[in-house]
Amino acid sequence: MRSRTYPLYFASGALILYLLFYVLPSLMGFYYAFTDWNSYSSEVNFVGLENFKTIFSSGAGQNYLLFIRNTVIFTVSTIILKTGIALGLAVLLTQGLRHFSYFHRVIMYLPAVLPMLVVALVFKSILNPATGLLNVTLRNLGLGFLAQRWLVDVHWALPSVIGVDTWRRVGYIMVILIAGLQAIPREYYEAASIDGASGWASFRRITIPLLMPVLVVTTVLNLLYGLKVFDIVFVLTNGGPGRATDTVYTAIFDEFSKGRYGVATALSSLLFVIMIVLGYFVIRLMHREVEE
Amino acid sequence: MRFRWQSIINHGLAIFVSLLMFIPVYLVFVNSLKSKTEAASMGPALPASLNWANFATVIERGKLVIAFGNSVLYAVAATVIGLTVAALAAYVLSRNRTRTNRILYFFIIAGIAMPVNFVALTKVMQLLHLINSQLGIILLYSAFSIPFNVFLIYAFIQTIPRELDEAAIIDGCSPIRLFFSVIFPLLTPVLVTAGVLGLLGIWNEFLVPLYYLNRSTHWPMTLAVYNFFGQFQSDWSLVSADIVLTILPVILIYLYAQRYILAGMTAGSVKG
Repeated sequence: MRSRTYPLYFASGALILYLLFYVLPSLMGFYYAFTDWNSYSSEVNFVGLENFKTIFSSGAGQNYLLFIRNTVIFTVSTIILKTGIALGLAVLLTQGLRHFSYFHRVIMYLPAVLPMLVVALVFKSILNPATGLLNVTLRNLGLGFLAQRWLVDVHWALPSVIGVDTWRRVGYIMVILIAGLQAIPREYYEAASIDGASGWASFRRITIPLLMPVLVVTTVLNLLYGLKVFDIVFVLTNGGPGRATDTVYTAIFDEFSKGRYGVATALSSLLFVIMIVLGYFVIRLMHREVEE
Repeated sequence: MRFRWQSIINHGLAIFVSLLMFIPVYLVFVNSLKSKTEAASMGPALPASLNWANFATVIERGKLVIAFGNSVLYAVAATVIGLTVAALAAYVLSRNRTRTNRILYFFIIAGIAMPVNFVALTKVMQLLHLINSQLGIILLYSAFSIPFNVFLIYAFIQTIPRELDEAAIIDGCSPIRLFFSVIFPLLTPVLVTAGVLGLLGIWNEFLVPLYYLNRSTHWPMTLAVYNFFGQFQSDWSLVSADIVLTILPVILIYLYAQRYILAGMTAGSVKG
């Protein structure tokens, strides 16, 4: 009866598209990761672990370990920055303001709906060492010593990219945290203040513990995003200066455009395995949130 | 007294952060109306005279009319296809929870975390003759939207009473009619949220056309802007005008539908 009212062929459209464009490439990727597939020859030969050796031996100017390291630094720092700043802003907008709270929320979320490409292009000009708005403002404020060659300096390029990405996505994390804050019953705070708890004490003892499930979700979202970061790096620095800001996804695209498909799929497959393991935990988390 | 100072500081802080968030958008808008020399440093000053001609130049030289049409085509077609197949799947998987169906559900939403293997996907696209084709891009975007859409809609369907289905079946409704005339209209809130998020996501996307489209007549707005920037790097007034035309629809949709967007962002992250 059930399967007649809810026939499984209803799900076939979604399943076919999903299998063809998501699952099949990933499976094929595992096969091609062990081959020398490239754009120069039509022959595809099995080469064993050669591609993975290339990735982990990091020689010949292609420092894959550096790309992995950059990706990890990017992911960890953006998680910390976005969560910290977003939490501060979320508390400010829900508890510190009497008016215009919604207005500020709409403005702060705005960067998250803009195309990454556009954000990156505009910041390319803002961070220009000579004429960019940031350095000009710093000099006008007498803080010229803080001015840096942001995207051009080997040491500042990655932090600059991290800064721009934080700027773009902090509002998104904030909006999620605000929803979490609003789900905390007001009575808890009232009871705490009657008992003479300071603002800091109720933040530590009420807000943080009750917000924990939401903080876990935002962390996971930031994590999944960080490991796959591509467009902001591609447009801001294209992996430069040198290869100081290259990440896994930009390295994959680089290999792809050079026609070295074998190495590119090996890198993709590596990332796939890492993310599937992480993803397993995400889904368990999100599912628990919904079912409860 | 302390309370008042605190309140002033809080409002000041909020205004400061909002300004920081708004500056780049402001910069693009003012500079799009400046002359080339004025816009060279992309400064915050208001334009000395309004150079509306920038927009005409950009539309003509950046081939923006075609790109705009492409973006609309990709975003609308992929969102409609993606939502329809996802709603159908979410509906049966949510209503009929056999063991297989539960596994299928988890299998699909695993895609939320799964990175796409773009390189191997090239091979699939070649085999299906979908490379450099608009249909290919539409199908790809539909496929990419499925895991998140299924996740959102699945949760929403649980709030629709099952008695409706039973009544319709007793009245002699076929499963397809039951879905399209009874269930589908009731899904409107979640479909709007998922739809707006999907539209904006595809409008802003950049990686798929970069990998799979090399014919400029098929480019969407983002890729057109990127290439335009490559050609006119030195002319920030034109680049700004180009950017304004790209983000204007996004900002308008956002302002019009912000409630749905803010709701959709939180769905699934926070219960209730």
